[in-house]
Amino acid sequence: MKTKTKIASRKSQIPRVLVNLPEASDERLDLDKRIKVLKTYKIYIDGKFPRSESGRYYKLKDSKGNHITNMSRASRKDFRNAVVAARNAVSSWSDRTGFNRGQIIYRIAEMLETRKAQFIWELVSQGISRENSVNEVNTAIDRLVYYAGWADKYQQIFSSVNPVNASYFNFSVPEPTGVVGIIAPEEFSFIGLISNIIPAILGGNTCVVLASESMPLTAISFAEVLQSSDVPAGVVNILTGFEKELVSHFSGHMDVNAIIYTRNDPAQIKAIQISATSNLKRIHIRKDQNWMSPESQNPYIILDNQEIKTIWHPIGF
Amino acid sequence: MPKVNTLNFNTDWQYAEAPESSDHVQLESRYGHFINGKFVAPANGRYFKTINPANEAKLADIASGSAADVDKAVRAAKKGYKTWSRTPAKERAKYVYRIARMLQERSREFAVIESMDGGKPIRESKNIDIPLAAAHFFYYAGWADKLDYAFPNRRASSIGVAGQIIPWNFPLLMAAWKIAPAIATGNTVVLKPAETTPLTALMLAKVIQESGLPDGVVNIITGAGKTGSAIVNHPGIQKIAFTGSTEVGKIIQKAIAGTNKRYTLELGGKAANIIFEDAAIDQAVEGIINGIFFNQGHVCCAGSRLFIQESVADLVIRKLKDRMETLIVGDPLDKNTDIGAINSKDQLDKIKYYLKIGVNEGAEMYQPSCRIPQKGYWCRPTLFLNCAQSHRIVQEEIFGPVLAVQTFRTVDEGIEKANNTPYGLSGGVWTDKGSKIFKVSSKLRAGVIWANTYNKFDPSSPFGGYKESGMGREGGLHGLMPYLELN
Repeated sequence: MKTKTKIASRKSQIPRVLVNLPEASDERLDLDKRIKVLKTYKIYIDGKFPRSESGRYYKLKDSKGNHITNMSRASRKDFRNAVVAARNAVSSWSDRTGFNRGQIIYRIAEMLETRKAQFIWELVSQGISRENSVNEVNTAIDRLVYYAGWADKYQQIFSSVNPVNASYFNFSVPEPTGVVGIIAPEEFSFIGLISNIIPAILGGNTCVVLASESMPLTAISFAEVLQSSDVPAGVVNILTGFEKELVSHFSGHMDVNAIIYTRNDPAQIKAIQISATSNLKRIHIRKDQNWMSPESQNPYIILDNQEIKTIWHPIGF
Repeated sequence: MPKVNTLNFNTDWQYAEAPESSDHVQLESRYGHFINGKFVAPANGRYFKTINPANEAKLADIASGSAADVDKAVRAAKKGYKTWSRTPAKERAKYVYRIARMLQERSREFAVIESMDGGKPIRESKNIDIPLAAAHFFYYAGWADKLDYAFPNRRASSIGVAGQIIPWNFPLLMAAWKIAPAIATGNTVVLKPAETTPLTALMLAKVIQESGLPDGVVNIITGAGKTGSAIVNHPGIQKIAFTGSTEVGKIIQKAIAGTNKRYTLELGGKAANIIFEDAAIDQAVEGIINGIFFNQGHVCCAGSRLFIQESVADLVIRKLKDRMETLIVGDPLDKNTDIGAINSKDQLDKIKYYLKIGVNEGAEMYQPSCRIPQKGYWCRPTLFLNCAQSHRIVQEEIFGPVLAVQTFRTVDEGIEKANNTPYGLSGGVWTDKGSKIFKVSSKLRAGVIWANTYNKFDPSSPFGGYKESGMGREGGLHGLMPYLELN
């Protein structure tokens, strides 16, 4: 509550653009006229923040065409490195207990709450209204808390003990699918990103995520939050870059088990559905969703990236 | 190596023949498609023959389905859907129960025809295929009016017309796996049985006709791959359910890309059966035998890769060879038969091709000395010893009575080798240590794990694959999901 009041009282001081925008520095914040330290937005692979191995970048502009910053333009090689990291992390992450994963996801919520202002600034600087930005970040934090609670409960909802017609103990349980590729929504750049990452990882999967191309800032700042929340390296990997360049690698890579595509491009969807057959990826098309709505959070989204395993054992002496 | 008693096979003892009579079986000489509650001739007038793989004799002529036939069936299913989806759930249930009971009533006839058309031992069709098929209808009948309890906080509704394509290894059972959950949940169906084993599906059509199930709810079209692709590509179909090879599964997935068709795929496998040194070895050997030689190895979840912990490898292999020596290969209708006929000449050629590959790759082939009949399609039960992970007989699905044997030292090594495959349908674990069962079962990347047992099936038990073995589950509560829209 305290933080909230503080932000409200400084409402007039919230800059229209990001603080590291050199030509648009906010005089009201930088009263001392000092030269600001600019943040380099990089990508997030295996718990580290490298630049794209390709050395490429793209200019991020706001809605008025002002140059905000440069983003890493991730390459196929970056994507493949991220898949290696994600694959390596699957075993130990999925071995964690639901309780432990729940604690870590709750920790993400805590970290985000304390860094809320930064996320709001970033959304505002990318052209989202102040009110919508505040709503989006608040909803994101609440959604993290919502999902943290599911980490040790969805298993009970989706498991069964099966009354087979013979003397066997037989039960079915959900298990993570493995490495999930996520093409995050272009709109809803922050809440959409979180709403797709969290249900995947809370179920023991790891992921490689392509952030919104036009609004990528919060995705990379979210990586910083993840890194300080005891999310092990490799569990979430976040790339920035061009969907057109990277999506076929997401859908075609033989060590990716599932792909989530959240944008509305029928030609792209068809291309993914064809390419993903190479290793029978699970394909989840989540287009035209209002990620701010309460309906967009539910345990069935967790189930999307679970496989049901059935185990039989004889009963006897 | 511990001392083992050796078995003496060198005796004059023979099993007396114990053939199941087939005189009560009534087969027609020619079968049409089952569309809109009636048997109809194919639009192009073409038929193909289905034969008995044990003696290559023709059993009947079967309608060859064209796109026109499929279109007719889909229209019937669409029309049927209008009333069927609005029929009160408890009334739908009663029809499905009826089908279950009528199948039980005729189980003997179904079993004999199943063995004649597909080559499987009568013992299996009688004790497993037919009772399980009936049980599937019985199980899903009961779900029809209880769907509101299945998925918390969701309203379940039917989808529409389901196109279902099934394989030749469990012809009637697969038809039951597909049709029962689909119609119990209010969908209608166009089903295509495999071209080598269409008879029991057509007999099921007769049962359905007699049950009074409204016209168009279940339509059965016979034919080969082309007929299947006409079903897959028909715009009037909302859902595809396919059981068959991974190769064809991928073709189907590609074919429906860009459409809104939903799909479930139950595809190939290369299951690992892992025997630990602390297992009950005799039981494990029985489990291995059942795992790979059940239904001539024509089982997607067959335990076709055997991993034996090194310390007991010699013992297990010796007992395995002894047990194989006692297997009887021959007349599917003989109750003594353990291994029946290979389903078709094509499949026999494929198996022989892999036997050659195995030998050429350097694995050591072992077959018992059993006699096999002159006529028909037969394959002796086969072991390959000294296999490497890279061998094609270890990596690829053979779908025959061929077991690739490897060894391992540590538990981790066993798990890693077992998971080194694109498939993930099933697996077996043999040990007397409970905690090891749970650890290994949870580490195996496969949808069904049998611990200290193998190849068990039940309508209430979800079945389906990880990785390239497919997606979606059949059986149990989870098997309802592919046929429901959840809102």
